Amino acid sequence: MGIIKAKDLVYEYIRRDEDGNVEGINTAVDHVSLDIKQGQFIAILGHNGSGKSTLAKHMNAILNPTEGTLWVDGMDTNEEKNIWNIRQTAGMVFQNPDNQIIGQVVEEDVGFGPENMGIPTKEIWERVEESLRAVGMYEFRKHSPNKLSGGQKQRISIAGVLAMHPKCIVLDEPTAMLDPSGRKEVIRAVRGLNDVEGITVILITHYMDEIIHADKVFVMDKGKIAMEGTPREIFSQVEKLQELRLDVPQVTLLAHELKKQGVKLPDGILTTKELIAALGI
Amino acid sequence: MSIILDHVNYIYGEDTALMVKALNDICLTIPKGQFIGVIGHTGSGKSTLMQHMNGLIKATSGHIYFNGEDIYDDDYDLKKLRSKVGLVFQYPEHQLFEMDVFSDVCFGPKNLGLEKKEVELRAFDALRKVGLPEDLFYQSPFELSGGQKRRVAIAGVLAMKPEVLILDEPTAGLDPKGRDEILGQIKQLQTETGMTIILVSHSMEDVAEYVDRIIVMNKGSVMYDDVPKKVFAHYKELEQVGLAAPQVTYIMHALHEKGLDVKVDATTIEEAAGDIVKALRGKA
Amino acid sequence: MLRDITLGQYYQTESVIHKLDPRVKLGGTLLYIVSLFFFKNYLGYVVAALFLGIVIKLSRVPFKFMVRGMKSIIMLLMITVVFNLFLTPGTPLISVWKLTITAEGLKLATTMAIRLVLLIIGSSVMTLTTTPNNLTDGMEKMMRPLKIFKVPVHEVAMMMSIALRFIPILLEETDKIMKAQIARGADFESGNLIKRAKALVPLLVPLFISAFRRANDLAMAMEARCYRGGEGRTKMKPLVYKKRDYLGYGFVVIYLVVGIFVGRL
Repeated sequence: MGIIKAKDLVYEYIRRDEDGNVEGINTAVDHVSLDIKQGQFIAILGHNGSGKSTLAKHMNAILNPTEGTLWVDGMDTNEEKNIWNIRQTAGMVFQNPDNQIIGQVVEEDVGFGPENMGIPTKEIWERVEESLRAVGMYEFRKHSPNKLSGGQKQRISIAGVLAMHPKCIVLDEPTAMLDPSGRKEVIRAVRGLNDVEGITVILITHYMDEIIHADKVFVMDKGKIAMEGTPREIFSQVEKLQELRLDVPQVTLLAHELKKQGVKLPDGILTTKELIAALGI
Repeated sequence: MSIILDHVNYIYGEDTALMVKALNDICLTIPKGQFIGVIGHTGSGKSTLMQHMNGLIKATSGHIYFNGEDIYDDDYDLKKLRSKVGLVFQYPEHQLFEMDVFSDVCFGPKNLGLEKKEVELRAFDALRKVGLPEDLFYQSPFELSGGQKRRVAIAGVLAMKPEVLILDEPTAGLDPKGRDEILGQIKQLQTETGMTIILVSHSMEDVAEYVDRIIVMNKGSVMYDDVPKKVFAHYKELEQVGLAAPQVTYIMHALHEKGLDVKVDATTIEEAAGDIVKALRGKA
Repeated sequence: MLRDITLGQYYQTESVIHKLDPRVKLGGTLLYIVSLFFFKNYLGYVVAALFLGIVIKLSRVPFKFMVRGMKSIIMLLMITVVFNLFLTPGTPLISVWKLTITAEGLKLATTMAIRLVLLIIGSSVMTLTTTPNNLTDGMEKMMRPLKIFKVPVHEVAMMMSIALRFIPILLEETDKIMKAQIARGADFESGNLIKRAKALVPLLVPLFISAFRRANDLAMAMEARCYRGGEGRTKMKPLVYKKRDYLGYGFVVIYLVVGIFVGRL
């Protein structure tokens, strides 16, 4: 069994009208099964309302499945006694950089998780230092988070999770509210965690350019997994992606367009370099 | 002519240790009917500049003229200016407050002191212009999806019938689908009504296919002000200030360097593909 | 405008005062404030001002910052002074129309003004040199005995700390929503009281919604980071008295002795 495994996961929520009567039932996650191996870089794509965030919240036991089971490192998220171990194993970074920083000084925020876990003081400091260094924010340790850029705040949040020594980090659209340079910073930090520290990364996003380096991509639509495969396999299906109203990197689109006009090219070109090589110039 | 900025400076926190020159000697002319993209990264002064255009922030020095009148004249009616120059803030859905969508859109025109009938007519018209389905008009705005909320907020400004519509990052936080829908709707609005539109964004790729002109802001100054093709020609300089030209620009430059005879100023995929095919045939 | 309030803001620098245990600063400030009400003559206030001057010097916070904190309470100060000046019965000094300034009034007004200024600057020194987190930590530890009476000390401290963290964010948000509504023709500045109160609805509703959304997000983020109340929590920065803290207490005691001796002559 992998680090995260879901079997026939279903999550339903009940819509109520003003008087509290049941109006209808929405299925946000609809019979999803997946198995994620330790050390992988996984991307989950999909537009808003596709159920990707709901799925992510299950991995941290913030939500519990209506049907089916989700295991984090072998622990069933339905079991109350596992909850704190699960949260320690699978850390979570959220979308809004302002609404997840608790401390008023960078280092104090990073120390928040370890404090909650009851780690001895001396070790907290070690963890804080190493986590801040891992995301390249050590020099900002004494700063107030309010004065930092969005990208920097998200890196602090990542450090905060890292200090809990998780095996897996789930990032729920960490770049949706950032500008392009902030997005780059965050993605660089996330890739570093995966490459250097070997932490399993589950990145939820709707930006295509962020998933190029993933080991495996899941595309969600209407609560179901609509596509799954390596980035190249996913990007080979330009028409299907467009049907799902998702962006395709311009270079992939260009290659697709050239192919349609009769130029001989392989499917799923992801970078400019690949395009040049494939064109044979 | 619609808006002229003449040597506008804005200094933030003057006489303190935290003094920042947010805008530095800005001279711009915004003619009627143009679709303009204002690009710059966070802190480049682009949002501050936009708030000057409808008088929400007063310049430290310099003048701003709207339809030939100096908006800093003592007897100038700023309230009227704000109805003529509509400003949609970033994450505008955060300003919604009424019980239903329709009343919220009525807020702007009501503040203009219009008759009830006219107010409702305008609200109705504005909601239709942003493409909101009619069955949502009397729902609570807080029950809508992110993209729908944003449209309601944009309608709230449109209902004031502005001559100039400024949108500060209207696609922030939306998914590609929501983004394309909003931008498409704005483009349609511009072609149908001839309204002047200023679109503030930090993404070149987003605005490239829609706008007639791009103004690049950097450190409070105007860095480039030209048609998209000419601005993207400076892709190396743009990179240095943390901005990027559309990916297709890079591809075309790379191909050109490798000796393929393509035009480097293509901004859309179709244009680029056509050009590459032509060049490849020429080579063969 | 809203950003000018320095009370409750932290000024980042390295100094002895910054490094002091928050309990010393809290206790010291409390004693200092109380002492201000014990003096019988102006000499006492001279000692108090001197003490404060030394502390400010040691704190390395520019004096400008302290004064800026005063701006927000200038109205309160004026009202206090005017009330005391005109409404204290006693020996009349000057009489203009129906208003009389008495010798006692003059004395009381000056004393009150001095007290208020010293009090505000004194507490500003504390907030400017202590991170709010540190401050709440100090309060939590000082109030720990109250736990016996089932006072949720940890929860209260955590709440305060979070509130302090979100004040700047909410102020910025207020500013933004206000501007957005002004752009839609809202008018917050004219009209009578009822009209103005009504005009606040488009500001307050979005603000409340935003505050609730943030609270919701934050609660989720805290739970995701294993927060489950004060039980079993360790501290990254536990409060342990060091030599300088005892010196700090000593310094406060010396001030009190000298101040009361001189001030009650």
